[in-house]
Amino acid sequence: MSTAATETKAKTSRDWDLRAVAPFVALALLLVLGALANDNFISVANLSNVITRSAFIAIIALGATYVISSGGLDLSVGAMVAFVASLMILFLNSGVIADPLLLLITGMVVAVLIGAACGLFNGLITTVGQIEPFIATLGTMGIYRGLTTWLSQGGAITLRDRELQSLYRPVYFGEVLGVPVPIIVIFVTAAIAAFVLYRTRYGRHLIAVGSNEDVARYSGISVKRVRTIAYVVQGLCVAIAVLLYVPRLGSTSATTGILWELQAITAVVVGGTALRGGVGRIWGTLCGAFILEIVGNIMILSNFVSEYLIGAIQGAIIIIAMLVQRSLSRRS
Amino acid sequence: MIGTASDTASGDAAAAVLEARGLSKSFGPVEVLHNVGLAVLPGEVHAIIGENGAGKSTLMKILAGNHAPTRGEIRIDGQPVQFSGPVDAEHRGIVLVHQEILLAPDLTVAQNIYLGRELPKGISVDDKAMNEGAANALHDLGADIDPKTVVRSLSIAQRQLVQIARVLLVPHRIVIFDEPTASLTPFETDALLKVITDIRAKGVGVLYISHRLPEVKEIADRVTVLRDGHVVASHNVAELEPADMARLMVGRDVTKLYPDRHATGQARETVLEVKDFTVPGYARNASFELRKGEILGFAGLVGAGRTELMEGVVGLRRGHGSVRHNGSDVTFADAQASLKAGIAYLSEDRKGKGLLLLKDLATNLTLASIGKFLRGGQIDRKKEDAALNEAITEFDIRTGRKDLLAGQLSGGNQQKLLIAKMMLLDPSIVIIDEPTRGIDIGTKEQIYKFIARLAEEGRSIIVVSSEMPELIGICDRILVMRSGEIVGGVTGEHMNENEIVVLATGVKTGEAA
Repeated sequence: MSTAATETKAKTSRDWDLRAVAPFVALALLLVLGALANDNFISVANLSNVITRSAFIAIIALGATYVISSGGLDLSVGAMVAFVASLMILFLNSGVIADPLLLLITGMVVAVLIGAACGLFNGLITTVGQIEPFIATLGTMGIYRGLTTWLSQGGAITLRDRELQSLYRPVYFGEVLGVPVPIIVIFVTAAIAAFVLYRTRYGRHLIAVGSNEDVARYSGISVKRVRTIAYVVQGLCVAIAVLLYVPRLGSTSATTGILWELQAITAVVVGGTALRGGVGRIWGTLCGAFILEIVGNIMILSNFVSEYLIGAIQGAIIIIAMLVQRSLSRRS
Repeated sequence: MIGTASDTASGDAAAAVLEARGLSKSFGPVEVLHNVGLAVLPGEVHAIIGENGAGKSTLMKILAGNHAPTRGEIRIDGQPVQFSGPVDAEHRGIVLVHQEILLAPDLTVAQNIYLGRELPKGISVDDKAMNEGAANALHDLGADIDPKTVVRSLSIAQRQLVQIARVLLVPHRIVIFDEPTASLTPFETDALLKVITDIRAKGVGVLYISHRLPEVKEIADRVTVLRDGHVVASHNVAELEPADMARLMVGRDVTKLYPDRHATGQARETVLEVKDFTVPGYARNASFELRKGEILGFAGLVGAGRTELMEGVVGLRRGHGSVRHNGSDVTFADAQASLKAGIAYLSEDRKGKGLLLLKDLATNLTLASIGKFLRGGQIDRKKEDAALNEAITEFDIRTGRKDLLAGQLSGGNQQKLLIAKMMLLDPSIVIIDEPTRGIDIGTKEQIYKFIARLAEEGRSIIVVSSEMPELIGICDRILVMRSGEIVGGVTGEHMNENEIVVLATGVKTGEAA
């Protein structure tokens, strides 16, 4: 009886699907547009190059998907990249371990630990300290950025050891079975992130916390713990991005990673994750990161728009993505 | 015997202020209202009753201009009209008092009453005139509320009165009340019914939607019963007793709303002993005992601190005092701890604290007990599905499709899902807060059966409720709270509304009660 009335309003599953599919449709349209703009665009070499270059933002955005799904926000990721990378290079330069390979591996572990610690710090401020994530991470953004400037004394921090450089180089420039290492890292990280988010108890709890904190609390879920871990995951993702970033340039400065938080959040939102929390789309986020990179690539390959406008275009994309999300949700 | 009315049953239709003729409404392929006729006379309270999903809300939304009917017409003073929207209906004198409180909590009472139609004074607003106007409007309702108070600091009942004052400020000929007493205590309900009587006395027609049949019997002149989108009966209220109304609503006899209970022996052991428990700002030095297999009721007015006391005991709120569970002292830091100890609390706020409305049924069902659905660290979806099927059968959750979102279930089915969710944890103590708020009578009967069954299984139950008949109907013992304190208890023959009201209000209500 009553079900008849409720079911007519039940457009839900189809409606949500639409939002999940939208980013992939957008990506496909962009690929077509790119192919029309330039013959070289659709070549394997160019596309593989584009995806490789999206690695940093894509991996950071995977972490941001966790934070945002939990109902949080992390503005400090760009500064965190600079901070973690600087400390890693300083550690490698210190030469505390004689064997270069061992030093490099230890350095990578150190970077991961520092990334996790930075994330934990963000998480504790927002959960235990009960500070709005926007303000908390705006504060740590200043801290991480400031510490980087101080460490570099306003200049650059460069990996000095030639042997170490050549040893580390393949981690960004290498290939496995013809596939660039960064592309493998992107997809492996995403696969793990998707498994944890969709298939484990923690993932279920994360979505519950983002969807409705009270319901989660009344269901016996530790909201603080779940949120804090999300920030740690973000820190780990930043560290993984750093592990790819250092061999690429071998140098950091106070301007490293500037506005990456904007790009990461844009990728997440474009991918269909709700900014209010409760919905996380890992593969959508990857799609969003690729879209951002492809837009830049098309701008460079074609001559329609000045490439100096890339930032403005990316800013516009996040607004358009939000408008699209909004209009899709209104239909329900 | 009661006949069936298919079209406008009243012979006085000519004098009707508002008349609906052959209204039908379809959403997509499904017709939810079928050929509904209705007439409201001036100075009449016309009650619309029916189970959840019977089409009451849809009918009201059509009459208030929120929906356009698929077929049929609406007449005002005998003239056919078509509303372009709710504002148009308002201009024609039809106003609706919503069930939910739709006020801006940080604005004052007067600012809320005049929101969107502020009185101008040059380029500014005339606060003085609006405060006076609001004071008058509230005075007319018999409400003693300062127009300069911020709405946030008002009780639910006071907010409801402010909302009514706001609606009545519009020149009106028909007022529609959509379940206005759903969250009110008996005391507050009486006050509201008086307001409605006053409105009627001014020659205004009132459409009154409610689940509470005794209340309908008391206030209404005429009753129209909807079932599955059809008008199944329309009568003068004098011809119907509440039991007749229930039967017409449900379509079968509802002779026994409350299940039989085997009297529990007093000798059974105490499973929960709360002593001098204080929740700052809400409850003071509360002490009570709960025995195995017992159903203990907590009565009191809204705001008496019952919910907060329970939340304090299970660790959802900060509180202090002694809690002994199965003979040993315990302190629960959060719900995780109390659930682990086998104490489940089902919030009165199903939509806000009980269920994830935008998630599917299985996710909601297993949320608190997801640990039981893991295989090698991975969630076993098949096991979740099986659990959902089991819960649907066991608790008779009526859902056409299993991939619906929890928010799309009716209130009654949401409550069933919430009970099923907590039962997956197999708790030995179950605390249910307002188990049947906003739930139709047929489903209520089922919920009571579930509660009785849980007690028979040896679980101990605490029921917090503002509906005294239900506490009296299902509880072995009832404790009454007033202003944060447990002021007394009633058992056996003393379990009657009068005794409870005296304790809950602290005043003798006189012979009338």
